[in-house]
Amino acid sequence: MEPFVRHTGLVAALPRDDVDTDQIVPKQFLARVERTGFGPALFHDWRFRPDGTPNPEFELNRPTAQGASILVAGANFGCGSSREHAVWALREYGFRAILAPSFADIFSANCCQNGVVPALLAPEEIAELFRRCEAAGGDYRLTVDLEAERVEDGRGFSARFAIDRYRREMLLSGLDEIGRTLLLEERIAAYERARPHPV
Amino acid sequence: MTPRTLFDKVWDAHVVHELPEGPALLYVDLHLVHEVTSPQAFEGLRRAGRRVRRPDLTVATVDHNVPTGDRALPIADPVAARQLAALGANARHFGVELFDLASPEQGIVHVIGPELGLTQPGMVIVCGDSHTSTHGAFGALALGLGTSEVEHVLATQCLVWSKPRTMEARFTGTLAPGVTAKDLILAFIGRIGTAGATGHVIEYTGDAIRALSMEQRMTVCNMSIEAGARAGMIAPDDTTYDYLAERPRAPGGPEWTRSVARWRELRTDSGATFTTRFSLDASAVAPQVTWGTSPGMVADVTGRVPHPADFPTDGERRSVERALAYMALTPGTPLAGLPIDRVFLGSCTNARIEDLRAAARVVQGRRVAAGVRAMVVPGSQRVKAQAERERLDRVFREAGFEWRNSGCSMCLGMNPDVLKSGERCASTSNRNFEGRQGRGGRTHLMSPAMAAAAAIAGRIVDVREWQVRQDVEEVEDVEVVKRVEGGAP
Ligand code: SF4
Repeated sequence: MEPFVRHTGLVAALPRDDVDTDQIVPKQFLARVERTGFGPALFHDWRFRPDGTPNPEFELNRPTAQGASILVAGANFGCGSSREHAVWALREYGFRAILAPSFADIFSANCCQNGVVPALLAPEEIAELFRRCEAAGGDYRLTVDLEAERVEDGRGFSARFAIDRYRREMLLSGLDEIGRTLLLEERIAAYERARPHPV
Repeated sequence: MTPRTLFDKVWDAHVVHELPEGPALLYVDLHLVHEVTSPQAFEGLRRAGRRVRRPDLTVATVDHNVPTGDRALPIADPVAARQLAALGANARHFGVELFDLASPEQGIVHVIGPELGLTQPGMVIVCGDSHTSTHGAFGALALGLGTSEVEHVLATQCLVWSKPRTMEARFTGTLAPGVTAKDLILAFIGRIGTAGATGHVIEYTGDAIRALSMEQRMTVCNMSIEAGARAGMIAPDDTTYDYLAERPRAPGGPEWTRSVARWRELRTDSGATFTTRFSLDASAVAPQVTWGTSPGMVADVTGRVPHPADFPTDGERRSVERALAYMALTPGTPLAGLPIDRVFLGSCTNARIEDLRAAARVVQGRRVAAGVRAMVVPGSQRVKAQAERERLDRVFREAGFEWRNSGCSMCLGMNPDVLKSGERCASTSNRNFEGRQGRGGRTHLMSPAMAAAAAIAGRIVDVREWQVRQDVEEVEDVEVVKRVEGGAP
């Protein structure tokens, strides 16, 4: 996994609560057997009209959101289905960090498996970012510093974000979690031998 | 010893190692696998030259993508066929047992685990599917994973998890007639919100839970994820053991007795503490119907579509406005009386034999309303076979329902069963997200009896009135139906 230490990039705002993984990658794209090819599926039914043309109303289709790599979103982002395809799509589209007041548990675990930072900020801070992004009228940039656990815009906004300690380490080092657990093989085997009943 | 919760007991018994940064390495007793979230995980193993550590604790089935029509026909969609073939090849290559389309055991992964007796109290159970919480009904710690975590479990038989918080959801009192486990869990989600239990594992307790059958308990635990919780649990009791006894994969002989003795320890000690507590009087719960695009957007069937202004925050008001626009609903409209186009009786929430029986009791001797297309998709081939032994298929077919083979079907519409844009559907599934059942489709979640009544009436009705009238005027069936229709606004 590609490590994440610090990233500066253009911000896209999606001021909606409860964005579920069915919206992030609709089911018609889940039949692929690869981890790639999901970028075009991202927010498909919001991004495109039924006739296939881009929907200009959708936040990510605004000219100011083109090239964005940081997504600021509403509460409970990534709720619903466990599909990791949602994170693959966000990553492939270009997002490296998602800032929200809350994330669904499985989604946030999936982010950390793919080098995408799920940064928790207070609801007021997210509201402030929506305001600043809107007021900037495009070209609003943020720096997400995972080492310092801080988000800054260089124009007076600076906030500390919360992230699980283990997940932070994992992202910083680009950890191969399976490789690391396999080093504990002896302990796993010992656990299996010690079980009072067959597993 | 410090008093412990049910969750603590299962957690403690599975800790293989505490990682220095906080989380634990937990041992997994049962890993369920399906076709949609596994191909990339198996591919990862292949590329790294890794094996499945415990194929004997891993069981696969096909459900999400499968056609529910004639199984003798080839699969029309080549992409779906490729995914099903991939699971077959992976199962063979890695030595994992697979219940495929030809198997009489095939079904929705959360239906077959319990019915085969694979799911047992005290286990840690995982699956690359958020509704794995269903298995918690047996006092297992069961949770959904993403594909990378699936790969981790395949390779190591362990899961890395930071200890979650705990929540007690206590349901007191007795459910009124016509009110079901589905209504109970929807009412709960309506109260605490779809993120109300994020970061928690829920334990459901109280008299109302004790009184539920195993299948109803599964309905409750199934929708824990819609409250934000990765897992929900219910302590096992005699209801659990009666359900499990004699199941093909449950322990037998002397091992059964030993297992039950061990399972009896699986309850929250008095004095144990939860991070959060919530309680709800089950006797006050009415049949529930969702009106929006999130399971928390729910009301009593006697209620009305709310007004965005009724909600306290800007965010909520925006969400409600969007949801009402999508659902084509006007604030103030009574929910009872909303005309529907489609009915879906299915999914891992409500497609077990008791659900089909409850729906059949409502449908018996009646006809699906003109213009309504209704289908029953049993949760597994075993449920289907059982229903056919009880001749429930006839009841449904004679009423005009389609009777299908098992699978996820229109719960998520990956197969050809989808809503057309603008169609309104009464559904027994668990998610009413935008486009979930088909782009532009409008889903109203409800119990099986409520969905069955909606199919007959052609509109959302309060099944409690329905049943009362049915009892009183059994001979004048047609009259009754008319009156229910006429009575709807
Ligand atoms: S029935 Fe629906 S919710 Fe259940 S596993 Fe299948 S797709 Fe998921």
